Amino acid sequence: MQRYRVVKRQERLGWRSCFVFLVAIGLSLLLSALLLALRGTSPLEGILVLFKGGFGTRWALEDCLLKAIPLFLCSLGVSIAFRLQIWNIGAEGQFALGAVGATWMALSFPDLPAFILLPLMIAMACAAGGAWGFIPALLRQKLGTNEIIVTLMMNYIAIQLLDYLVYGVWKDPTSFGFPMTQTFSDQAILGRMGTSSIHWGIVHCLVLGILFWIFFTFTRTGFELKACGDSVRASRYAGIPYDRLVILVMVLSGALAGWAGFLEASATINRLQPSIMVGYGYTAIVVAWLARLNPLQIGITSFLLAGLRVGVENMQLDLQVPAAYGNIMEGLILLTVLAGGFFIHYRIVMVKSA
Amino acid sequence: MRFMKMFALFLAAMAVTTAHAADKELNVGFIYVSPIGDAGYSYAHEQGRLVVDAMDGVKTSYVEAVKEGPDSERVILNMARKGYDVIFGTSFGYMDPMLKVSKQFPKTVFMHCSGFKQSDNMGNYFGRMYQARYLAGMVAGSMSKSKILGYVAAFPIPEVIRGINAFTLGAQEVNPDVSVRVVWTKTWYDPATEKEAAKSLLDAGADVIAQHQDSPGPQEAAEEKGVYSIGYNSDMSTFAPKAHLTSAVWNWGPYYTKVVNAVKNGTWKAESAWPGMDEDIVGLSPFGPMVPEDVKQKVAAKKAEIIAGTEKVFTGPIKDQAGTVKLAEGVTATDEEMLGMTWFIQGVVGTTK
Repeated sequence: MQRYRVVKRQERLGWRSCFVFLVAIGLSLLLSALLLALRGTSPLEGILVLFKGGFGTRWALEDCLLKAIPLFLCSLGVSIAFRLQIWNIGAEGQFALGAVGATWMALSFPDLPAFILLPLMIAMACAAGGAWGFIPALLRQKLGTNEIIVTLMMNYIAIQLLDYLVYGVWKDPTSFGFPMTQTFSDQAILGRMGTSSIHWGIVHCLVLGILFWIFFTFTRTGFELKACGDSVRASRYAGIPYDRLVILVMVLSGALAGWAGFLEASATINRLQPSIMVGYGYTAIVVAWLARLNPLQIGITSFLLAGLRVGVENMQLDLQVPAAYGNIMEGLILLTVLAGGFFIHYRIVMVKSA
Repeated sequence: MRFMKMFALFLAAMAVTTAHAADKELNVGFIYVSPIGDAGYSYAHEQGRLVVDAMDGVKTSYVEAVKEGPDSERVILNMARKGYDVIFGTSFGYMDPMLKVSKQFPKTVFMHCSGFKQSDNMGNYFGRMYQARYLAGMVAGSMSKSKILGYVAAFPIPEVIRGINAFTLGAQEVNPDVSVRVVWTKTWYDPATEKEAAKSLLDAGADVIAQHQDSPGPQEAAEEKGVYSIGYNSDMSTFAPKAHLTSAVWNWGPYYTKVVNAVKNGTWKAESAWPGMDEDIVGLSPFGPMVPEDVKQKVAAKKAEIIAGTEKVFTGPIKDQAGTVKLAEGVTATDEEMLGMTWFIQGVVGTTK
């Protein structure tokens, strides 16, 4: 008679954990292919079209990178807070406020030279996004409110505020009453790199990602954050100012999401309009978890998830697979990868009973 | 040897198929803002696509649930790169992305629905839905006892405001003291929110509910309360058989056929098209059994006037909510005035903010 038991792994899996990840991805792809077969679409062709649309051509790669940029920044933002076990669900609202802040500068000083105006827009975007992170942190400190609920609720307030501005004072008088601001002046638009369609935001991502890594690896505050994330009580006992750190991570978190809002408004849409909100702030949470809060992995995951979304559009066009299929695939991947995380720390052994 | 023969055969087969493809099958792509299964706006466009798909020498495809903004630019670009000959973008927010792409692909025909920009190879189009709204307003006004009509509205943009005004004018035509109460949901498709909004209007005394969103939520609210409702986009009677009076519906098939034919014949030119009931692009779905015969006749007579062009809907005297005369006696609003309408007429209760 044989039985199975779950045993905690004694040594870390290290680089071999990527096998777990690959098996999980493979399993989700298999399940997705099965779904396609059930629909009567050739699964092999389907997956092929998906990959070709997502990663197969230079255009596809550029599209993916473009879509990955705001995802990466929002995700980097929430992962800072998550490392401290502070659950910032408010990246969506902080992103909105960032876009609003950047737009405010772009509309107020359209004639400033780009090298002053763009930094000004970034600063205001980060300040606005950071402020939107600061409020729930302060409420948590002073009133003991739950940051999950407060950040979530503040998303709606931020989006209402954005709507109020584009439907009201910032509305372009020549837009036939449609909710959008005027197109930004050329100085307020972050340009594209060479002949590609990718804007300079990708460089911002690289720099911020490296800074993030340096901050957590080499600075004292970064270390304190890590320690608090592992055990709040122990670190308080060690004299680490936990409350101040909470405020810090929420502000940083909001500032990064705000930065993403700036990039979307300035580089991609070139103005502010309600359709700037496409849920990057929520997807960022998924990305952060899939990537286990590691900046390099966040980069890779943002890119892959962006590729999946781009690829699914291609599947729709070529094979007329419904849009919901993309969501199902995303869900399957999230499920298998997170479930696979179990096998990184545990293994299953067969025990022969006496 | 046998291999060579097979190879030659294969080449010949390839040549035949490519020659066939070169016979110029027209590729037409559609982009929808919501899933086509929503029974609403995108569903109506999809019905139009199916008509085009049935044409000879035309192949169509679509991408649904494409968010406005950068996502739509990518989808439009992808279609253009794949060699689609005609691309229909059916949501307002696709306007600027489409304009950008149209400049990169001068040989592709771009058609944008509900916007106002155009270029050499990008036209825009929409239907005069306000004409159908006016007729629907007449039906609602005739059936109301409380003289309060409820209107669950989407976003305060000219298209929606114009619809509410036309609906109110139609209702006032048959029931001069009627008022139309407006609630904004700021959604295009959110069944729960839209149903709740309808309920709040019912609590305020409305006994007919009209709507502008894609979900049947408001219809269900009216059905549950036992009052009447007016649908939108497509015939919504199945969602509220006892409440549903009629729906103001889109009928894109004839127009899409016309555009695709023009492209095929090489006669297509970029323009701003705003066809109306005379081209059958908008209309009313069949009336529910509760609508009395005299109302049907009145509506039919008005419909004939609209088709003949004698009834223009927005003809003065029309005052705004504050009582200021916006259109003097006998003056008809220009298309520009209608397309940029951001004010409510007298009789509408609500704000355009």
